[in-house]
Amino acid sequence: MSTEGLTTSAYIKHHLQNLTCSIQEGHFHCAHTAEEAKAMGFWAFNVDTLLVSLLLGLMFLFLFSRVAKHISADVPSGMQNFVEWVVEFIDSSVRGSFTGRSALVAPLALSIFAWIFLMNLMDLVPIDYISLITQPIGIGHFKLVPTTDPNATIGMAIGVFLLVLFYSIKVKGLGGFVGELTLQPFGKFGLPVNLFLEGVNLIAKPVSLALRLFGNMYAGEMIFILIALMGASWVSFSFASTLLFSSQIILSLGWAIFHILIVTLQAFIFMTLTIVYLDMAHQEHH
Amino acid sequence: MNINATLIGQTIMFALFVWFCMKFVWPPIMAALDARNKRIADGLAAAERGKNDLALAAKRSAELLREAKEKVSEVIALGDKRASEIVEEAKAQAKIEGDRIIAAAKAEVEQEVFRAKEQLRTQVSAIALAGAGKILGREIDAKAHNDLLDKLVAEI
Repeated sequence: MSTEGLTTSAYIKHHLQNLTCSIQEGHFHCAHTAEEAKAMGFWAFNVDTLLVSLLLGLMFLFLFSRVAKHISADVPSGMQNFVEWVVEFIDSSVRGSFTGRSALVAPLALSIFAWIFLMNLMDLVPIDYISLITQPIGIGHFKLVPTTDPNATIGMAIGVFLLVLFYSIKVKGLGGFVGELTLQPFGKFGLPVNLFLEGVNLIAKPVSLALRLFGNMYAGEMIFILIALMGASWVSFSFASTLLFSSQIILSLGWAIFHILIVTLQAFIFMTLTIVYLDMAHQEHH
Repeated sequence: MNINATLIGQTIMFALFVWFCMKFVWPPIMAALDARNKRIADGLAAAERGKNDLALAAKRSAELLREAKEKVSEVIALGDKRASEIVEEAKAQAKIEGDRIIAAAKAEVEQEVFRAKEQLRTQVSAIALAGAGKILGREIDAKAHNDLLDKLVAEI
C-alpha cells in the first residue's frame, strides 16, 4: 500500500488511472483525478503509456539491431543465439500462416511480438513498486503496463488495420476491394446486406485485435490489484491478517506464474492474427 | 482509461518501430541465417562427396592390390620356371663336361697303357737280348743280329 488510510475502491482507481497530461492554456498539465483526465478530452496524452512503450520498443530494437550489426554466419554464441532463436520462431510462424511473399510481414510480426511481449511483461513488476519511484518525484499516477491502456492496443490495431486496407487495395485494386465489400456473398442485388456483413467483418479485425489484448491484460492487472489488496488489509498480528497476508504471497506467485503464459500467449495471438489478416488481404477470395 | 491522442502517438511509434525493424534488424539476421544454412548444406554435400570419394578410393586400392598380387604370383611362377631351367641347363652342361673329362681320362689311360706296353716291350727285348747275349757269349754279334732282335721285339 502506498498511502495509509486509503479505501479499497480508491486504491483500485488509483492503480487504474493513467498519467494523463495535456497542454492547457499554454502550459503542460497533468491530471490528478480520473474526472480531470476525462475533462481533458481527446487532445491529451497518457505520458506513462507513451514513455514505457517507447522505452521498451527502443530496448527491443537496440538489442536486436546490435546483434544484427555484428551478426556472422559462423557458430553463434550468447545474445546472437537468442536473437536467432526468436527470429527463426517468428519466421516459421510467418511461413506457416502467410502464403504470399512480402518483405514487410515478417519484420512486422517480429516487432509486434517483441514489443507486446515486453509491454505485457511489465505486468509482472509488483504493482506498488512503481509508485515507490514515482511518488517521491511528484507523479501521482503511473501505469507501468502500456497494454492495459486501450490507447496502446487500439493504436497498434489501427496500424495493422491501415496495412490491411493498403494491401487489400494494392493487391486487388480499389475496384476489387470495393467489389469484395459490396458484391458478395449475395451478388449485386443484395448490396446493402453485403456491405453490412463485409463491413462488420472488416471492422471486427482491428476491434478484436485491440480489445482481446486490452481485455486480457486489463483483467490480469485487475486481479493483481485485488490480490495486492489482501495484504493491504493488515491490521495486527491476528490470525485473519496473517492468513490474508500469506494468501497474498501465494496467490500473487501463482498468478504471476500463470501470467507468464498469458503474456507470451497474447503477444503471440496478436502477431498470428496480424499475419492472418494480412494474408487475407493478399488473397483474392471467392 | 480514456481514448485520447495517445492513440495517435502509439500508432506512429508502432509504424516507426516496424519500419526500423524492417530496415535494419530483419534483413541482416535473415541474410546471416541463410548464409549459415547454405554453408551447412555445402558442408554436408562436401562430406557426402568425400564419403563417395573414399569409397571409390577404397575400391580402387583393393583393385590395385589384387592386380599387384596377381603380378607377383606371375613373377614368382616365372622365376620358378627360370630357376628350374637354369638347373636343367647346369645339369646338362655338367653331364657334357663330365663326359668330356671321362673321355679325356680314358684317352690318357689308353695312352699311358700304350706307353707302358711300349716301354715294357723295349725292356723285355733288352732283357731278352741281354739274356741271349749272356747265353751265347761273344759269338753273337750284336750288330749282326740286330735286325733279328728287332723282329723279335716287333713280334712281342
